[in-house]
Amino acid sequence: MEELNVLNVITRTMQNKKLYWKGIEQLDTDSTIVEGLENNEFVEKLPVNSNDEKNSSRRDFLKYVGFSSAAAALVGCEGPVIKSVPYVVQPEQIIPGVANYYATTIADGNDFSSILVKTREGRPIKIESNKDASTFGDANARVHASVLSLYDSNRVQGPKISGEYTDWQTLINLVRVNLDNFSKDDKKVVLLTQTYPSPSSKEIISEFLDAYPNISHVTYDTISNSSTLDAFENIYGLRAMADYDFSKAENIISIDADFLSDWQGGGYSSGYTKTRIPDKSQNKTMSYHIQFESNMSLTGSNADDRVPAKPSDLKKIVARLYTKLTGNGEDKGSLNPSIDRYVDSCIDKIMKSPKKSVVISGIDDVDVQELILLINSSLKSEVININNPRLIKEGDNKKLNKFITDLESGSLSGVITSGVNPLYSLPNSDKLKESFKSLDFSLVFSEKEDETAKSAMYIAATNNYLESWGDYELKKGSFFLAQPTIRPLFDTIQFQDFLLKILNSDLSFYDRIKSNWQNRILRGKTWGKSLQDGYYNDFSSLNLKAKKTRVSVSSLYEENSNEFSLVLYSKTGIGDGSQSSNPWLQEFPDPISRVTWDNYLTVSAVDAKKLNLNNYNVSNGALNGSYATISTEKSQLKVPVLIQPGQAEGTVGLAYGYGKTEGMNDVMKVGVNAYSLYHNFSNIQSVKIVKSEGDHEFACIQLHNTMMGRDEIIKETDIDTYNSKEKSYWNPTVLVSKNHIETKVTSKEVDIWREFDRSTGHHFNLAIDLNACNGCGACVIACHAENNVPVVGKEEVRKSRDMHWLRIDRYFSSEDTFEGDVKAKDETSGYSEYRATQTKLEKAAANPKVVFQPVMCQHCNHAPCETVCPVAATSHGRQGQNQMAYNRCVGTRYCANNCPYKVRRFNWFSYAENDEFDYNLNNDLGRMVLNPDVNVRGRGVMEKCSLCIQMTQKTILDAKKDGRRVRDGEFQTACSNACSDGAIVFGDINDKESKISKSNKNDRAYRLLESIGTKPNVLYQVKIRNSKKV
Amino acid sequence: MLQIKRIFLVTLLLPSLSISQEADIQAGKNLFNANCAACHKLNKKAVGPALSGVTEKYDKDWLYSWIRKGSQMIKDGDPQAVAIWEEYNRAVMTNYPQFSNEQIDNILAYTNFTPPAPVNAALTSTETVSQGSNVSLNIILVVSILIFAILIVMLFLVQRTLIKIANASGVKLESEPKKNITPLWETVIKNQFLIFIMVIGLLLSSAYFTYGYLMQIGIDQGYAPIQPIHYSHKIHAGANQIECKYCHSSARVSKHSGIPALNVCMNCHEYIADYNGEEDLENGYTRDFYTNEIKKLYSAVGWDEENQVYTGNTKPVKWVRIHNLPDFVYFNHAQHAQVAKIECQTCHGPVEEMEIMYQYSPLTMGWCIDCHRESNVDKDNEYYQKVHNELSKKYGVEKLTVAQLGGIECAKCHY
Repeated sequence: MEELNVLNVITRTMQNKKLYWKGIEQLDTDSTIVEGLENNEFVEKLPVNSNDEKNSSRRDFLKYVGFSSAAAALVGCEGPVIKSVPYVVQPEQIIPGVANYYATTIADGNDFSSILVKTREGRPIKIESNKDASTFGDANARVHASVLSLYDSNRVQGPKISGEYTDWQTLINLVRVNLDNFSKDDKKVVLLTQTYPSPSSKEIISEFLDAYPNISHVTYDTISNSSTLDAFENIYGLRAMADYDFSKAENIISIDADFLSDWQGGGYSSGYTKTRIPDKSQNKTMSYHIQFESNMSLTGSNADDRVPAKPSDLKKIVARLYTKLTGNGEDKGSLNPSIDRYVDSCIDKIMKSPKKSVVISGIDDVDVQELILLINSSLKSEVININNPRLIKEGDNKKLNKFITDLESGSLSGVITSGVNPLYSLPNSDKLKESFKSLDFSLVFSEKEDETAKSAMYIAATNNYLESWGDYELKKGSFFLAQPTIRPLFDTIQFQDFLLKILNSDLSFYDRIKSNWQNRILRGKTWGKSLQDGYYNDFSSLNLKAKKTRVSVSSLYEENSNEFSLVLYSKTGIGDGSQSSNPWLQEFPDPISRVTWDNYLTVSAVDAKKLNLNNYNVSNGALNGSYATISTEKSQLKVPVLIQPGQAEGTVGLAYGYGKTEGMNDVMKVGVNAYSLYHNFSNIQSVKIVKSEGDHEFACIQLHNTMMGRDEIIKETDIDTYNSKEKSYWNPTVLVSKNHIETKVTSKEVDIWREFDRSTGHHFNLAIDLNACNGCGACVIACHAENNVPVVGKEEVRKSRDMHWLRIDRYFSSEDTFEGDVKAKDETSGYSEYRATQTKLEKAAANPKVVFQPVMCQHCNHAPCETVCPVAATSHGRQGQNQMAYNRCVGTRYCANNCPYKVRRFNWFSYAENDEFDYNLNNDLGRMVLNPDVNVRGRGVMEKCSLCIQMTQKTILDAKKDGRRVRDGEFQTACSNACSDGAIVFGDINDKESKISKSNKNDRAYRLLESIGTKPNVLYQVKIRNSKKV
Repeated sequence: MLQIKRIFLVTLLLPSLSISQEADIQAGKNLFNANCAACHKLNKKAVGPALSGVTEKYDKDWLYSWIRKGSQMIKDGDPQAVAIWEEYNRAVMTNYPQFSNEQIDNILAYTNFTPPAPVNAALTSTETVSQGSNVSLNIILVVSILIFAILIVMLFLVQRTLIKIANASGVKLESEPKKNITPLWETVIKNQFLIFIMVIGLLLSSAYFTYGYLMQIGIDQGYAPIQPIHYSHKIHAGANQIECKYCHSSARVSKHSGIPALNVCMNCHEYIADYNGEEDLENGYTRDFYTNEIKKLYSAVGWDEENQVYTGNTKPVKWVRIHNLPDFVYFNHAQHAQVAKIECQTCHGPVEEMEIMYQYSPLTMGWCIDCHRESNVDKDNEYYQKVHNELSKKYGVEKLTVAQLGGIECAKCHY
C-alpha cells in the first residue's frame, strides 16, 4: 500500500491536442460559476437552514414526528385491496406482459418515417425505427416522441359545434346541408390541407371535389418547399423533390441544406453516416463534407469544413459553383476571399470525382434550386436521384397566397382545414383570425383545440396517427402503410372517413386502402404481408428529362444590404411546432445551443457586441440573456438573445414552432412565434435589431455536468494523421506515474482495485462512435420513453436538476491547432493553473469546430459511486452493469458527488402525480405511456442509466425460453436501438464474434477519463475529420 | 307397502349393474355421460335440446337413425331432422354409428328415468345449526361472565356479613403475626444486578417482539380475500385435475401468470351449467351454491343459458388480487415456470386443495433469495450450457445455483 500512496496521476497529451469548451462562459478566467459546475454537482450550496423565516421549531418537529409515526402505523395496519380485472374475451394476440409490435407510418407533413410501434396490453408505449424499410426507415427525435402526443390531455374528445360537444351524425348532417347549399349557390369554399402523399386519400379528396365543384383544394406545407418544387417542375416537369443517396457521395457540398435534420423531409442521416467512418484496416476512407451556412445547424456542426456566410453570399456561392462547374453563366466574382478559397477548393475536389459529388442547397429560391439541379445533372452525380423523386410536399405558395387574399377580401364562404393550423402558422394570422371568424362556414379537422379550431364553427376531432389507417407514396415507387395501434381514445373520426360519410359511401377508409392496394399497387406481395412490413417497394421509376439546361445567374448577385438577415430554421426538438405541447420535446436540449424550453435569436458574438446584447450566468449557473426587438417591414417581435458561436456575422437565426397559445397547458406555452416573420414563405428576411429592456431566463444545460477539464474526454484527429501515423500517436494509451515511473494506465500494477474475472457469462459494453454520432438526439427521447424518465420543467432545469439519463455533450474547439498550445499546456500543473492556461490560450472562436458526445452512466468496472454508498444501494453486476436499487437508496447523494462523469440524477421531487409538475405524469392519460417494466422513481432517490437492464434481461429470457444462445445483435439498449446511424453499438464482449468486440478492439477506441482508473464499460471511438488546411 | 317396495327396488337397482329392467338405466347413464352430456342436459336446453322425454316426441326408429346418421338425414331432407337442425343454430350432432339398438335403448331409458326427489333439508339444517352455534357461543360467554361477576360480588358480600357478625358477636379476628422478613419485591429492588439483568432482558425481548411485529408489516401470508365469484381451485385443479397453465396460460410466456379471461372459463362452462360434484356441507358449499356461482359467471360473460347465445351484455369480474409485489420488484412467471420448470405449487402451495385461494408464501425478499441460493440452474438448457461449464469449473461444483450465476444481484429484480 505504501507505494500506492505516491501514485500521482498525470496526463499525457496527444501531439495535436486541442482545447475543448462547452460555452463561452467557460473561457472566462474570472468565472467562479464554471469552476463550481466542474467541481460540484451544483454551483450553489443547498438551502439547508438558510431560510430564517421558515425555521421549524421543536414543536413543529414533534408534530411531524407524531404525525408521521401515526401515519406509518396506519399504513402498516391495513394494506390496500387491489382489484384485477381480466378481459371478458381476451384478444388472441394480446398476452398481458408481452409486447406486440406493429409497423405503421408517420407522415404528418413534417416528419416522414416508417416505424414500429411497441404496444403493451393494447397501448402504444414506444416508437422504434422500422429498420427493414429501405427508405424512410430512420425515426428522428420527434418521431420517437410522437407516442406521447397520442396521450396529450389537451386533445379534443369529440366533435364540437360552436364550442359545445355534439355527436357525429349531427355534425355530418349539418356539414352536408351547408355544403349542399353552398354548392347550389355556387359559393366559394376552400379545402386547406397538409400534403397527403397518400394514393387513397388523394382519390377520396378528388371524389369530394367532384361532388362539390365549388370547393377548391389548397395544399399548405407549414414550412414551405414551394420554390424547390417549382424549380423541379421547371426543369423536369413534375412537382416533386429530388431524392439523394449520400452513401454514394465522396464530396458533399451543402449550401445551407440542413440535411441531417429536416431538409426536404429529412431521413438522410443514415446514408450520410455510411461514408463517414474510415477504417484503415479495410482501406475505407471517408467522404468530404463542406457546409456553407448562416446559422449553426446540426449538419454544419458535423461538416469537415464549415464556412459561415450571409444568405446573399450563399446565393453567390451557388452561382459561382454553377458557372465554374457547367461553364454557363457569367462569373461576377464579388465573393469574400475567405469564402472564395473554400469554393475553389470545392471545385477542385468535385472535378476529381464529379460523379461521386453532389451540390445541395436549402435556400427555398427557384433560381438557386434550378441551378442545383443543373449542376448535379452536369456532374452526372450518382448521389442525386431524380427518377424516384420525393412526393412528400406539394404546397404551392401561389395558390396559398390567393387563398389568403380571398379570405381577407371576404370572397370565401367557407373553409375546411385538415392537418394544418393556419391561424397560428401564417405570417399574418392575427388579421386572418377576424376574417376566419366571419366566414359562413368553418370546419376544422384537428386533434387539439388549437388557434384555428378555437376560431372555427365546427371542430371535427380527428384521430392521432397512431389510431389511424393510411397509405403513402413518399417517394416514387416506395409505398407505406399506416395502421391503428390502439382504438381511438376519444370519440374521433379520421378526415378521410368523414369525407366518405359526406359522400354517403358505405366503405370505410380502410376498405378503400385495401382495395386500392390489392387492385392497383401490390404486385406479388399480399396485403397481409405488406401490412405486417409497413412498406412496399414496386421498384418503378420515372424517366425524367431536363427541359432546360441553362438559367440566368444574374439575379443571384444582388447587393448585400446593411440590414441583418434573419434566417428562420426548424429546431431538432420542436420542428414545425405540431408537437410543441409534447413535454419530452420541450425538455429536449437543442443539440447546438443545449437550451431547453425556448426559442431565441441566435446572434454572433461580434454582432452581439455591436448591438450591446449579452449573455451571462447567474449565481446558480443558469443562463440569462438580453431581449432584442427584431422588426421587418410588416411586423416586429421581441425575442431573447443567445450568443451562438458559428453564427455568420450579419445574420441571426430564429426557430419555428414556439409561441403557441391554444391547445396546450400553460406551462408549455413558451417561446415566440417565428411564423409571424415568415413573410412570403421565405425563411430569409431582412430585419432590424434593437436591444430591448429586460433579461430572459434560459433553461440551458450547456454547462451542467461539466466534467473536470481533463484532456481525455474528447479525442479527435484528422484523416491524414489517422492514415499515416500509428495509433500511439493519435490515440495513445494514458500513462500514469507510479513510483515516478510512467506506466500505462491499463497495466495491472497501477490498479488499486481487486480484479474480478469477467470472462464468463455476458459482459456488456456500449461503444459510441464519435464519427457516426451527429447529435440528432433520437437516443435521448428513446431513453425517456423506455425508462420513464420524468420531465422536470424549465425552472428545475435552470437549477441543474434535469433528469436526462443520456445527455449529448456538445464541445466547441477552435478551427486551428497551435503547436505552442500543446507546449504551454504540458507545462502546467494542477487544476487552477490548467484552467488559467486554457482560458488564456483559447479565444471564443467565431466559427468553432463541433464535437457531439453522448454521455450516459459509464458503468465503471471500478465504480467510484459504489464504494461511497452507505447503504449499498448501488452495486456491480456480473454482467458489467452498475446497478441502482431505487428502493434501497436513502438519497445521501454521495454517489453523485463521487461520479467523475456526472451522470447520476437525483429526484428532488416526486415528478409523478404532482401538480407542481403538470406534465404527462400528472394525468391518467399521460401516464399511459409509461413502460410497465420499469419502475417510476419516487422522491429522494438517485437514478441513472441502467444500460436498459430490462431489455437485456428480456433478451436473455427469450433465449432461455427457446433454449438457445443469444445471437449477436439481439442485445440492444433503447439508445443503440434508436440510433439509425450506428453510432451507438451495444453487445456482449464475451462473444468474441460480436460487433461490440470488434469496436472494442478498434484502433480508435478509448475510454473517458481513463487516467483515473475507473475502467468504464462504455467506450468511445476517436473522431476523425476529413479536413486539411485550405 | 307396494310403494315402499318400489322405492326400495329402485334404490337397490341404481347402484347395482347386475339386474336389468327392460333397459339398463345405469349403463345408459354411463353412456350418456361419456357421449352426450357435453351437449345435452336432461331437463334443460344446452347446445342441443333437453333429452328428458325425448322418446315421447320422436318415434323410436327415427331416433335410432338420427343418433347413428343424423347428418345424412339432414342432407336427405328428413323434415323432423331439418327442423331440429334449424332450431339449434344449424349445429350438427355428432353421429354415433357404433351404437347398438340396445345401447341407444339404455340411453333413452336413462333420459326417461326420474330420480327420486333429492333431500334438500341438509342445506337449511346445517345453516341453522351453524348460525345457532355461533349465537349460543356468544350468549354462553356473556352469561358465564355475568355469573362469575355475580358470584364474586356475592362472595364479597358474604365475607362482609360474616365479619360484621363476628364483630357483633365479639369474636376477635386474629390477623397473622407479621414476621420480620423482607418481602420479595424489596429484595429484588435492592439487588441492582438483578434489575440490570431484568431491564436488559426486558429491552431485548421487547426489541425482539417489536422487530418481529415490524417485519410482518406488509406481509400478507395467508391473505384470502372474498372474491366476487366463489371460484374453487379445489374443484378445478383438485377434483377435475385441470392443469394450472390451462387457465393461467400466460405464465408460460409472460411475466404475468394472468387471471384467465372469462372466455377461457366458457370453454368448459358453456357445457357445464350445473355443479354435480362433491359437496362440503359443513361449510355450506352445496351443489346449489356452486351452481349459483356458475350463474354468476354467466351473467358476467353475458351468456344466455336459455337460448344458448352470448348477449354481449358483459360485466367484467373485479377479482381481488391476492399476490401483490411492490412496484419496484420485477418478477417473471415465464422465467420460473417455463425456464426453471418450477411447479406452481412450490410458491403457491397446495392450490389443488384450496377451496378459497390464499397467499401461501410470504413473498419477501429473504424468501426469494433463500430459494435462489438453493436452486440449481438447468444445465440442459442450451442457453446455460457454456456459462454453466465455465462457472462450475471455477467454483469447483457439480451443480450451479442461481445465486452463483448472479441471481441475487440487486438489478436482476429491481429496475
